[in-house]
Formats: sequence, structure tokens, C-alpha cells
Amino acid sequence: MEDLLLEIKDLNIEFHDHDAPERVVSGLSMRLNRGEILGIVGESGSGKSMTAMAIAGLLRRHDMKISGEIYFEGTEILHAGRSELRRLQGDDIGIIFQEPMTSLNPVKKIGWQVEESLRIHRPQLSREQRYALAIECLKSVELDEPEVIYKKYPHELSGGMRQRVMTASAMICDPRLLIADEPTTALDVTIQLQIVKLLQKLNREKNTSILFISHDLSLVRKLCGRILVMHDGRVVEEGDSHEIFTHPRQAYTKELIGAIPRMEKLQQF
Amino acid sequence: MKKWKAYPVNFRIGAVITGIMLLLIVIGFFYTPYNPTAMDNSAKLAAPGLRHIMGCDNFGRDIFSRVLKGMGNTFLIALATVVIGVVCGTVVGAFTGYYGGWLDEVLMRVNDVVFAFPSILLALVFVSIFGTGKYNVVLALGIAFIPSFARIVRGEFIKYRDMDYVKSARLAGVSNLRIIFVHILPNTLTVMLSSVMIGFNNAVLAEAGMSYLGIGVQPPDASLGSMLSEAQTYLFSAPNYAVFPGLMIILMVLGFSLLADGIKER
Ligand SMILES: Nc1ncnc2c1ncn2[C@@H]1O[C@H](COP(=O)(O)OP(=O)(O)O)[C@@H](O)[C@H]1O
Ligand SMILES: [Mg+2]
Repeated sequence: MEDLLLEIKDLNIEFHDHDAPERVVSGLSMRLNRGEILGIVGESGSGKSMTAMAIAGLLRRHDMKISGEIYFEGTEILHAGRSELRRLQGDDIGIIFQEPMTSLNPVKKIGWQVEESLRIHRPQLSREQRYALAIECLKSVELDEPEVIYKKYPHELSGGMRQRVMTASAMICDPRLLIADEPTTALDVTIQLQIVKLLQKLNREKNTSILFISHDLSLVRKLCGRILVMHDGRVVEEGDSHEIFTHPRQAYTKELIGAIPRMEKLQQF
Repeated sequence: MKKWKAYPVNFRIGAVITGIMLLLIVIGFFYTPYNPTAMDNSAKLAAPGLRHIMGCDNFGRDIFSRVLKGMGNTFLIALATVVIGVVCGTVVGAFTGYYGGWLDEVLMRVNDVVFAFPSILLALVFVSIFGTGKYNVVLALGIAFIPSFARIVRGEFIKYRDMDYVKSARLAGVSNLRIIFVHILPNTLTVMLSSVMIGFNNAVLAEAGMSYLGIGVQPPDASLGSMLSEAQTYLFSAPNYAVFPGLMIILMVLGFSLLADGIKER
């Protein structure tokens, strides 16, 4: 019996800030189960981030037209107001972005940023309890010397460390869903693998569902059981990741697989 | 704190000039060599000398004492003006920049209207309605200063409102007010600081202009502007009367400009 966490039905997103309306997501439907890691792949501009923003309720609504339904734990969240969203989503969704340079606030210390969710959702905690949780969380994303990092500013950390901190602050309230929007794209290959391993670990230990977005098929394949291939705002193929890799049905998917460097393919088979 | 030597040269020079000016202002609040409003018939238009180092004005009042007091008045008026402009401008700019949409449209059009008036003209209109005096001048100049600060802060907020860390704060359920004032505002501080200093300079000049026109600080009180205004009749017979207040205006403005430049450079 599958345990549904997130369901999107016929999502459409259209921009109206230029002369001709621009449809960036059309007729997208998908389901994500509890504890599952779902990959979304597609070239850049295919609407992956817009889909993620819609799930997170972060679309600015006044210059776009949105239709469809998004159910999170059975409740419709796409058309909910901001205060309603805060109550519904609360601490249930966390997000990690692509660019480690802009994903942390440059003028705030790491500790402060990691604790922010706690201040909002666990106001009953004392300062010491918050500190303890933050340190524990920094440890769980495998940062050495969390007490030292706690007191640092983002510019004092490397890109990979910043992505870990970002992950820590997204995970500190134990969300049910973690959206990772190209979390490794800006990083070196070795660090990419470390972050992927980290996400795997968090998924296993906390049973957090992960929506892993990437244009890198080989990375998605390592992490995800199921894959959604997007092209021009549409889902062109969906299925078991092994299946898609070995028997891609769509020309576009074949192209994507063909774009993976040869060496890497050899290593995987 | 960084080492003094690590700051740019203009910042250091600016800091020294501003420091001396502030020191003089503070001294002027507690001590002046002579009573700045006491007249001395025997010393009318006295030249600078040992007894009166900057000389005396046409009523025989000690110019140095009046400069000290006048600097204080000018400084306080400029400060109050900037505070009004910055506080209101920040609030308007933060909300319009962060929210965008119709609120932005409406407030920015109002902003444009206020901005279209030269600040002196706006202040003149204000004073002709509410009367002369330094408090009205402060209010008028302060209001005239709001639009330029609002514009700067709005630009900053537009730059930051879609940053990833703001998005994650929104997702985490942080309230808009907290995002605006706790998450974004500190990021705008450097830009604000240098525009505050430029604004302060404009305020010093505007106050001098207003007092020069006779609608600011009222006699017998002194401000640097009103002293210049009184001195112009004696520009050739007693140049020291105009030179010293003028010099102080220049130094105050110069010091702050250099500071502002230095902050921007960092
Ligand atoms: N403000 C906007 N106005 C119009 N089009 C936009 C705007 N923002 C993004 N888009 C378009 O939406 C499409 C999908 O973008 P995105 O979801 O970010 O792609 P991906 O994350 O897959 O690279 C792109 O073609 C992009 O040009
Ligand atoms: Mg993207």
C-alpha cells in the first residue's frame, strides 16, 4: 500500500509579464510517496524550478497565471493564502537551492540561520535547547567542528560547506519533504557525490521524502528510484530509474542519456 | 575592528575632519569663549585678533562663539532632517520594494511628485503655510528627503527580495515583517550608510540655504547659513565674517563626503 505525500494534478504556470503569455509548465501531474526519492530531470529552462517553487508556495502570483491542484498530505496548497500556507505547511517542507553563494544570508551567522526555523516553529525552546539542536543538525550533515561553524559567516565557508549548512537549516525541523533544486550543480564532482550521499543518508535515517531536481541524469540515477523527465514544461517520460536508463522510450530521454560523458557511463554499468 | 591603516585614505581624512567638527560642536554646546548673542559696541566688525580669534560681527558679537553655536544648530537640524528622511524613506522603500504590485505603483507615484519639487521650494511652501522656525524647517526638509531615500531602499529590496535565502525564509514561515526588517534590511546597511552621509551633506547645505533666506534659524540665534546671510553686506569690509562660517560648512560637508566615499570603496 503506497503512502502518498504529495500529489500534483494538471499544474499549469503561465507568465504574463511579456507581450505574449509564456507557458513554462503545462499539464504536469505527479505523485510522491512518503520516504521516496523522486528525480526530476530535464535541460535548463524546462520548468523544473517553477514546479518546485509551486510546491513550496513561493511563486509570486501577480505576474503569472497558475492553475491545477497540489495536495500535500491530502490538503490543497496551491491556492491557499500565505497565512493558511504557513499553518498547513508549517515546518513540513524544506528547500535547498542551487547557488551556494546566494542561498545563505551574507550578513547573518550560520548558527542564527540554522536556528531560524526553530524560532518560528518551536518557540517554546530555550536558547540553549536551540543551540543544542543546531549543533546536532550541523553534525548530522557531516560538518566538522559544528561549534566553530556555528559562529562563522557564510563567506568564510566553501561552497560545499554552505550547501551542507543549507541542508541543515532545511532539515532542522524534520520536514516530511525536502526539495533539492540542483543542489550540486555549482559544486565540484567529488563534492557533488558527497552531497548526494548525504541526502541518501538523511532519507534513510529520517524517512524524509526528497524531490531531487537536476539536469544531470547520472547523478539522478544514483539517488532516485523513480524519475520524471521534463521537456518544455511537460513531463515526457516517467518511471523506474533503471527502466528509463536501460529502455528510454522517448527520443528526448535518449538524447539526455547520450549527453552523459562516456567514461561515467562505463563506470556505472 | 579593522586596523586604521587598512581603511582607504579618503576615509581616514574624512574621519579626522568629521572628528574635529564633532568635537567643536560638542564644545560649543557646553562652552563658548563669549556669550554668542552678547553685543559689544566697542568691538563692532573687529578684525581677527588675540581677543576675538575670528573677529566680531556688525553687532560686536564674537564670531568664533557664534560659529561654535551655529555649527551645533546646523548639525542638529541636518541630523533631524536626515533621521526623518531615512526612517520614513526606509519604511516606504522597504514595503514598496518587497511587495511590489499596486502598493509600489501608488507610493512611487506619490514619491515622484514629492521628488519633482526642489527641496528648497517644498520647504518654502511648507514654511509659508506653517510659519518660519527651525522645527518647521526640519519637518519640511525631512519630508523633502523621503523620496530619494525611499528610492534607494526600494532598489535594494528589489535586489534582495528574490534571493534564495529570502525564499527559504518565506518557506520556513518567517513573517513578511521579520523578513523585511531582520533578514533583508541589514544587507542594505552599507548602501544606506553612504546615502545617509550624502543626505546629511545635502541637509547641511539646505539648512544653510534656508537660514540664508531667513526662514530657518531665527536671530539672534546663529546657524552657519544665517551667519553667511548676515555677513554678505560686509563681504569686502570684513571678509572674515563670511569666511569662517563658510569654511565650517565646507569642512563639515567635505568630511562627510570623504567618509561616504570611503565606505562605498570598502
Ligand atoms: N519572470 C519570468 N518571466 C517569463 N519567463 C520566465 C520567468 N522566469 C522564468 N521564466 C521561464 O520559465 C522557464 C522555466 O524556468 P525554470 O523552471 O527555472 O527552468 P529549470 O529550472 O528547468 O532550468 C524558462 O524558460 C524561463 O525562461
Ligand atoms: Mg532551475
